[in-house]
Amino acid sequence: MATQAAFMHGSKAETETFWGTVWSWLTTVDHKRIGILYGTSAFIFFLVGGIEALIMRLQLARPDNTLVGPERFNELFTMHGTTMIFLAVMPLSAAFFNYMIPLMIGARDVAFPRLNALSYWIFLSGALFLNSSWLFGMAPDGGWFGYANLTTTQFSPRHTIDFWMLGLQILGLSSMLAGFNFLVTIINMRAPGMTLMRMPVFVWMSFVTQFLIVLAFPAITVALILLMFDRFFGTLFYEPAAGGDPLLWQHLFWIFGHPEVYILILPAMGIVSEVLPTFARKPLFGAPVVIYSGIMIGFFGFGVWSHHMFSVGMGPVADAAFSISTMLIAVPTGVKILNWIGTLWGGSIRFKAPLYFSLGFIAMFTMGGLSGVMHASPPVDLQQTDSYFVVAHFHYVLFGGSIFGLFSGIYYWWPKITGKMLDDTLGRWHFWTMLIGFNMTFFPMHYLGLIGMPRRIYTYAPDLGWNHWNLISTIGSFLIGVSLLFFIVNVFRTRRSGAVAGNDPWDARTLEWSIPSPPPVYNFARIPQVHDRDDFWLQKYGDGHGGAPRPKPAPVTAAEIAAIHMPDTSFWPLLLALALAVMVSGLMISMVQVVIGGLLTLWLMYKFAMELHRPAAGHGH
Amino acid sequence: MVDHASAVAHAHDPNIGTTGLDNRKVGMWAFLGSDCMFFGSLIGTYLAYKGKSISGPLPHQVFDIPLTSYSAALLLASSLTMVLALAALQESRVKKAAGWLFVTAMLGLHFVLNQVYEFTTFALHHGLKLSTSLFGSTFFVLTGFHGAHVTGGVIWLLILVMLALRGKIDARDYTKVEIAGLYWHFVDIVWIAIFTVIYLIP
Repeated sequence: MATQAAFMHGSKAETETFWGTVWSWLTTVDHKRIGILYGTSAFIFFLVGGIEALIMRLQLARPDNTLVGPERFNELFTMHGTTMIFLAVMPLSAAFFNYMIPLMIGARDVAFPRLNALSYWIFLSGALFLNSSWLFGMAPDGGWFGYANLTTTQFSPRHTIDFWMLGLQILGLSSMLAGFNFLVTIINMRAPGMTLMRMPVFVWMSFVTQFLIVLAFPAITVALILLMFDRFFGTLFYEPAAGGDPLLWQHLFWIFGHPEVYILILPAMGIVSEVLPTFARKPLFGAPVVIYSGIMIGFFGFGVWSHHMFSVGMGPVADAAFSISTMLIAVPTGVKILNWIGTLWGGSIRFKAPLYFSLGFIAMFTMGGLSGVMHASPPVDLQQTDSYFVVAHFHYVLFGGSIFGLFSGIYYWWPKITGKMLDDTLGRWHFWTMLIGFNMTFFPMHYLGLIGMPRRIYTYAPDLGWNHWNLISTIGSFLIGVSLLFFIVNVFRTRRSGAVAGNDPWDARTLEWSIPSPPPVYNFARIPQVHDRDDFWLQKYGDGHGGAPRPKPAPVTAAEIAAIHMPDTSFWPLLLALALAVMVSGLMISMVQVVIGGLLTLWLMYKFAMELHRPAAGHGH
Repeated sequence: MVDHASAVAHAHDPNIGTTGLDNRKVGMWAFLGSDCMFFGSLIGTYLAYKGKSISGPLPHQVFDIPLTSYSAALLLASSLTMVLALAALQESRVKKAAGWLFVTAMLGLHFVLNQVYEFTTFALHHGLKLSTSLFGSTFFVLTGFHGAHVTGGVIWLLILVMLALRGKIDARDYTKVEIAGLYWHFVDIVWIAIFTVIYLIP
């Protein structure tokens, strides 16, 4: 009962002081707070990755430029790619998984709240570990794909690759722990009546994403373990002189790497599938088909990896097989695009910032998808591989797709998370400057690639005809930077003087809008009973065919709220993540540190597991 | 006050979810699915490099099939004792359960010690180390990671034994022991795959 009292009344007094607030965030197990931590950290790393990109664009603005040298340029593109994928897009998606999945399925928290906190702290320690390489002058420089045997000690004798390899290993652990957690949450924490096919499409796409995470990350874990053994313990996995095959790395990496592409895009597809129906005031067109398509994408996602490797000469059979599977995976993606357009068709559309970003997503992602299907043909791929055409393609899907989709989600759910509306006019300025800047930056890269500009070069000669397109691209990239300033100003203005949102500012369809903004710590005072997809909408308006609105549930009583039991805060997740960082960084310092860190980790795992051992018995004390 | 809190705790077990399954059990299954991919990648690597070593010793020169078969038998037997431990706990016979858990852990420990003996023999008598050849690299890393899984399981089981002897585990904690069992059986099954792929297929 003391716990409940603290949670009902005491928590406020506790968080009044500055250190009280810090402590409450360090020990929180609330999925909403962890979501905010993920989102804030990811946005900061998004800016870091963006600055790395801007330095590269400045270097390439004119031929024979000397702003950065080739070594620094290698570091910049390696860290830009690694940061944007693992420290920006994935954790931004994780922010939405954290905050939104429990709200959308009518749950009070995720299945394992402390494990959720552990995932975040491991993520943060991995991200800081990776970026600390800058401070030691040893930023990774082997590309985000880290192809063997560039990464062996023979060619990368310094700690650069160690930072990358160990950092990714930590981040992978964080993603997998979160993956188990969300899988269980979605399978097992749904409100009564919330059958799988009644789940919001964002939850569905997140569900598929978690399967991809827990099944694809082990492949890169193994690839990195083999690399680690090669570098630290003298094994020969990637050593051609001993008969080792560098293609082993490429296969293991892309068995992970291609599902990873869908890990990055599916959450954004889920967001768009929530935003479009809300702002078109129509149900998602063919929602089950959108769900099936998402499952198909997840399934085929494991069967296309070698299209990243056409140029290594796998032979006609493998080329043909992966070419066909790659063309096949474009089908469910195309189906989704038609469904989104069908959702808008005949809707009473309200043009608000979230919708702008979703429309931007559809247009840009379609372009990225079209250039992607081109690569499915091996002869075409051989022309385009390692050229700027490929850079253009994957930025259209990862920036034009994922980032536009995620910003759509940010504008859409900001009122739910903070209780205040982001300014719509500034939001539209953000959108248009980002859309124009994005296309200025990346559209010319298609052309640059086709006229022969290779990827990853730090400079070029002035007489190749690449000069003005590169300059336009650089100007565009700075326009993207300006667009983000609009967003940041918007955030601070909203914080100071934003309009109060209320429960349901967009007149939306899913459960999270039925509760206050920001939601109380227990989310739902009474766990809702679900009867349909878009249950909340039907409660408000009926089925649209003359059926009466569903009767509103009876008001919640104070006794019901008093009976809610929420998990206690815990400092073990933070300590465990720290011990893990001590152990992993020891690999570069001394084995003594590895052993000490390892023992500490084991002991903390024990404490972590025992903290809640039979909590019912503990209540009597 | 106490009555109220315990009434809430007992009215609805917070670990049982929508599907009627225990969250922790679903989580363990998700982890085991993921671990399949982990061992799948390692076994795939072993198979990809099979016969590609450019220097000896070769597998048939170092393997002691009778010893490894004995190890496999130990591990398979430990799955039986694990089930017996669970059955005893279900009947609230905590001491008996602790006994079977201890036997399970000792069988696992015996397996690990056999592996240590095997590794040392390979290194000292046959000159096969991690850095000797592709066979050395793939063999030690694959079987070593399996051995690490068994070691982790042994530690887990010994902690359960300790808790049971100190009266901190009873029939209510069945699911916790069952989850350890799921992990333990999985590690056994993986060994069957590894034993077949590495030792039995010529």
